[in-house]
Order: sequence, then C-alpha cells, then structure tokens
Amino acid sequence: MTWILNNLELIGQLTLTHLATALPAIVLSFVLSVPIGWFANRFHVSHGLVLTVCALLYAIPSLPLFLVLPLFIGTSTRDSVNVTISLTIYGVALMARSTADGLASVDADINQSATSMGFSAWSRFWRVELPLAGPVLLAGVRVVSVSTISLTTVGAVLGIGSLGSLFTDGFQRNIPEEILTGIVLTIALALIIDLLLVGLGRVLMPWTRAKTSGTGGALNPTAREAVTV
Amino acid sequence: MNYFAEAIAWIFNPRHYGAYDGIDTRTLQHLSISLGVVAVAAVIAIPLGYLVGHTGRGRSLAVAVSGGIRALPTLGLLIIIALGVGIGLEAPFVALVVLAIPSILAGAYSGFEAIDRRTVDAARAVGMTEWQIVGRVEVPLGLPLLIGGLRLAMLQVIATATLADYVGGGGLGLFLFRGLKTSDYPQVLAGSIIVIAMAIVSEIVFSILQRLVVPAGVVAGQTQYVRVKSSGLRVASGS
Repeated sequence: MTWILNNLELIGQLTLTHLATALPAIVLSFVLSVPIGWFANRFHVSHGLVLTVCALLYAIPSLPLFLVLPLFIGTSTRDSVNVTISLTIYGVALMARSTADGLASVDADINQSATSMGFSAWSRFWRVELPLAGPVLLAGVRVVSVSTISLTTVGAVLGIGSLGSLFTDGFQRNIPEEILTGIVLTIALALIIDLLLVGLGRVLMPWTRAKTSGTGGALNPTAREAVTV
Repeated sequence: MNYFAEAIAWIFNPRHYGAYDGIDTRTLQHLSISLGVVAVAAVIAIPLGYLVGHTGRGRSLAVAVSGGIRALPTLGLLIIIALGVGIGLEAPFVALVVLAIPSILAGAYSGFEAIDRRTVDAARAVGMTEWQIVGRVEVPLGLPLLIGGLRLAMLQVIATATLADYVGGGGLGLFLFRGLKTSDYPQVLAGSIIVIAMAIVSEIVFSILQRLVVPAGVVAGQTQYVRVKSSGLRVASGS
C-alpha cells in the first residue's frame, strides 16, 4: 500500500495517458466501422472482400504493428499516436464484422415498411436500420473496448506511456506492488468503460431495456417485437 | 520503402542464421512456444468447454471467466510471474496459456451449443449413451467451431509470444527489442515481417483445417449449397 500512496500522482497521470490513448481508438473504430459495415452489406462482392481484409488486418501482431507503423506515417517510434492508430485498425477489423452482421439482422419487412412510409435511403439507414442494429453494435463495441484497453499496455515495452509502464517499471525495479496496481487498474478501467457502454446503450436504445429487465414478457413487448408483430 | 528493402536483405543475410540468435533458431523457438502453449491450453479448456456445452451448466460462469481473462493484460501477468519465477520461458508460457484459454473454451462450448437440440434428442432416442452422444454426435458436429477457437488462440499466442523475450523467454521478440534498442530499424521490420508471416500462415492452415473437419453428412445436408454447386457444374460441363 505504501508504494501506491507514495505514487498516487504517477498512477493518476498514467491512467489519464492510458485513457487518452485507448478512448480515441475505441470511438474511431466505432465511427469508421459504420460506413465499412454498410459497404460490406451493400454489394455481394464487397461482403467477402471486407471480411477477408478485416481478418487479415486482425492477424497482424500488435507489437510489430506498433513498430512498423511509424515507418509508414513518419511519427516517432515512441509516439502514443502509433498505439492509437494500431488499436483503431484492430478495432475496425473486429467492429466492421459486427456492424455488417447487425445491419444484416434488420428484418427486410421493416426496411420495406420504412421505405413505403416515405423514408429516403439515407434517413432510413440512420433512423431505422442503425438503431435496430444497435444491440449487435453495442456487443461489438464492448469487445473492442475491453481488448483495446488491455492491448494499450503493450506499448509500454517500447517506452510508450500507459498503465503498462507500471509493469515495465515494476519489473526493472522489482516492485511487485507496482505491477499488481497496473493489472488491477487496467481491469478496473476495462470494467468501468464496459459499464458505461452498457448504460449508454440503455439510454440510447430504451426499447432493449424491457428485454433485459425480464419482467415485461409478452405483456410488454419490445419495440422491435411490436413492429414485427 | 527503403526500410523494406533493407529488412528483406536482413532476412536473407546468411550471417543471420545458425547461431542462438539466428532467424532459423528463433523462428523455430517462436513456433514451438506457440504450439506448446496452445496444446496445453487446449488440454485444459476443451474438456471444460465440452462439459459446459454438454450439460449446459456453468455457462454464465464460463462466459464471465472468459470475459474477465480478456480484460487481464497479458504483459502485466507475464511480468508479475517473471518476478516470482525469474527470467526465462516459464513466465511467458504460463501467461500465454492463460491468454489462449478463453478462445478455446468459447470454441468448445459454442460448438456444442450450436448443434440443433433435435439432433441430440434423436441420438438419445435411438439409444445412444451420454458418452456416445458426446463422442459421435456433439464432438464431430462441434469440431468446426472448436477449430475456429483454436485458430483465434493460435493467432493471439503467435502475436503475443513476441513479448516472451522481454523476460528472456526466447522467440522472435528478440529482433524487435534488440533492433529498437540499437535503432536498427531494418532488424525491427525484419522481425515484424517474420511474425506477421507466421500469423498469416497459421490463419491459412487453420482455415483449411476448419473446412476439412466439417462432417460429410453436414455438407450433404446443406441442400441449397449442393443445388448451387450442381447447377454450376452443369453450366461448366455445358460450355
């Protein structure tokens, strides 16, 4: 405990750096995956192509990518931007698939109803398809956020600051307490962001609440069920 | 692109082969660490996953444990074990096994869960014992998803095994860390290229395996697939 109390400032600072590196990657991968997922579903050929490219991108190991990326984009090897961009690539590789699956799961009848009610293709996508694909998208973002927050620590072996710096520093100075602090904080951060995402999902998709509460049942159908029925 | 040419030259330089830090030695080391880790993780995770998948009990626990392990940073785990057992292969090996377990566990139980319940009930109705149901129905039908889990585990382990050399565990991480320390970027890039190539080869091998293990009866049952295939053949033979 004494180590933690003596280094509160360092811990706080590294937590902030960790968030500053990981959060943009999570947000960016979500934002980028929407048009990519749409594109994957739009054409027959693009579906296989997008999914194959995503699988290949995901196959690139993280540590080598952190190191190779600066040679392409001209940043310094120890720049945290490398980690953010690399993790965005992984995030998109995971998310694009979820987005494509989620959009494909929207019932064709619903799309036709929306069109016949006068929705243009553009507003139908944003106001009908995307919200209904929401739960699948949320599941995807949750996976991405946990793995992104965990992978951010790897940058520490290259001297890129994050909670992972507590691992490398604790190793060099032989302070197990420091390493444990890093592990616990990384897991805690992943859990907190996960809870925030679940909460955000409940606020943005109120119709999914009835399903999870379990008290509604047949008397209280969710919006989607009501529309489908 | 200049770096790339230098990296390729570095890989094909005969002086970088043969010794303890040779490309051949390190690649073999990296591969055997990865295979060993996935094998040990499979011995632990497959029986557990099958148990969860067959009985349907402990599923939420399995999901929670897998999710929890995913949040656990492998680097931190590796380093804290290394502080206890000293530098070498032990710490990275244990940490990588922990990393590999969730994917294999999920592949094992989801393979069982994806089977149509009527198929299992039919097997029970024709008088199969529980062991026969597991061995002759659930395991063969769940094999593609299990291989999928092993594939993901192998990919993650190959990628993360680069961290092993941070605590002196060997493998291809050597080129990354040594190159970084001496600002020898062709070496860093060369090491990265070899790791990426190994990951892609593993993906290809497992995706072929995944297709091969689909039982013949399942392929025959996919009527739509057969129809498309046969009409395709007819068109081909007609032209």
